[in-house]
This record gives sequence, C-alpha cells and structure tokens, in this order.
Amino acid sequence: MDRIPILQMGDLLLVTIQVDMHDQLALTLQDDLTDKIQRTSARGVLIDISALDIVDSFIGRMISTISALAQIMDATTVVVGMQPAVAITLVELGLDLRGVRTALNVERGMKLLQTPAGTP
Amino acid sequence: MIAESGSIPVRIEQDVVVARQTVRQLAVAFKLRLVDQTKLVTAASELARNAVIYGGGGDMRWSTVERGVRRGIQLVFADQGPGIPDHAKALTDGWSSGSGMGLGLSGSRRLVDDFELDSAPGQGTRVTITKWT
Repeated sequence: MDRIPILQMGDLLLVTIQVDMHDQLALTLQDDLTDKIQRTSARGVLIDISALDIVDSFIGRMISTISALAQIMDATTVVVGMQPAVAITLVELGLDLRGVRTALNVERGMKLLQTPAGTP
Repeated sequence: MIAESGSIPVRIEQDVVVARQTVRQLAVAFKLRLVDQTKLVTAASELARNAVIYGGGGDMRWSTVERGVRRGIQLVFADQGPGIPDHAKALTDGWSSGSGMGLGLSGSRRLVDDFELDSAPGQGTRVTITKWT
C-alpha cells in the first residue's frame, strides 16, 4: 500500500509530501503520524509541502487535523514551503488553516520547532 | 499534447488525481499564468471529488471556448446522483450535506471566471466552470 514516509530526527518527525496524494493516502498519513508521535514521544512535526502544486479543501483539512491532533498529543506542527500560487488559491478557496503554524522554508520551520513554546 | 476536448470518468478517488493532472496539462498547454493554473486545478479537484462522493461518480468533460479575442478552458462535471435541492444553500460557505468542509462548491466558484450550477433532485448535477486567458 502507498505510504508517505515519516522520518525521525531526535524528537522531531519530518514529512516531505512529494506525490499528488489521493484522499486515502492523505488519511493514511494522518493515522501514521499520530501513531508515530505516540510511539516516539515526538515534540515536533515538520511537514514540507513545497512539492505540492495544489492544496484543496481535503488536503487543507488533513493539515488542520494533523496539527490539532499533534497539539493534543503535546507536539507542535509546522507546515513549510507552501508555494505562493498555492497560498493565493487557498485563501480564495476560503481555507484559513486556523491553528496551523507555517514557515517559509525548512530552515525556518526547524528553528521554530527548536524554540521552546512560548518564547519568541 | 492534450486534445482540445475530451472526457474522463470520475468514479473513484484515484480519478480525482487523474482529473487534476488532466486539467494541469490543459492549463499548461493553454499557457495560463501559474496562479490561474493552480486555481483551475484546485477547482477541478473540488468538483471531481464532489462528483465521486456526493454524485456517486460521473465524468469530467473539457473543451476550449472562445469569446471575442479571449480563449478559455471550460470544464463540465456531470453526475447522475441525487441532485441538489437548494442551490443557494449548497453555494454557502461551510454548508455541507456530508462530512466535508462545505467549501467545494462555494470555494471553486471563487476560483474561476464563470460558474454554472445545473441540478435538480433526482436529475443529477452538472457544474460548468470556465477560466479565460
């Protein structure tokens, strides 16, 4: 079965989405990530979507759900690398990804995850 | 090179991916700006998914259209599902008859230039969208 790989680096989990996901694949990723957060006691999840050339309402919802689930499990999620055209489209579509932390690129996202919560 | 007009089935989830890829090829061949490509592909993704989930499957037809000097890509998503009784409600942000976010119809309408919803209970649903160059 298709799966998006989840890499562990210390107490962080890294996901790079590089394929055009069908809906079931997105749901599998959601389940796999929550499993892995529990098994590894990860404190942070970095999701790189720089290779995604669209984010529709389904993928948007998956991102929001992962972020909310991770938060409940005491892990912070940062979504990085959204292409400008994708960001413009998302806003017009009406998705605001409320509660989801984003960063411009992987480097800034890592920095955000390595900063203890609550400090600027 | 993609044909100027054609049709593909949208019956199962994987067809939604094929629909996205087909529309992307069309938009690239048509030299739409990247943002417009992205908007059209995203709208197609929403409408194809609606046809699969709510319409019980259908098809996507595409063609090129002209209005004066402008050319456009027109996509028609048709299904033989239960149809939509209340168009105004279905086009409201956040309203969903299923478990979705309720952005499929209302959101895709904002992403394209022309949007036409043709649906009645028991007669299926047809959504026609156009993006002009």
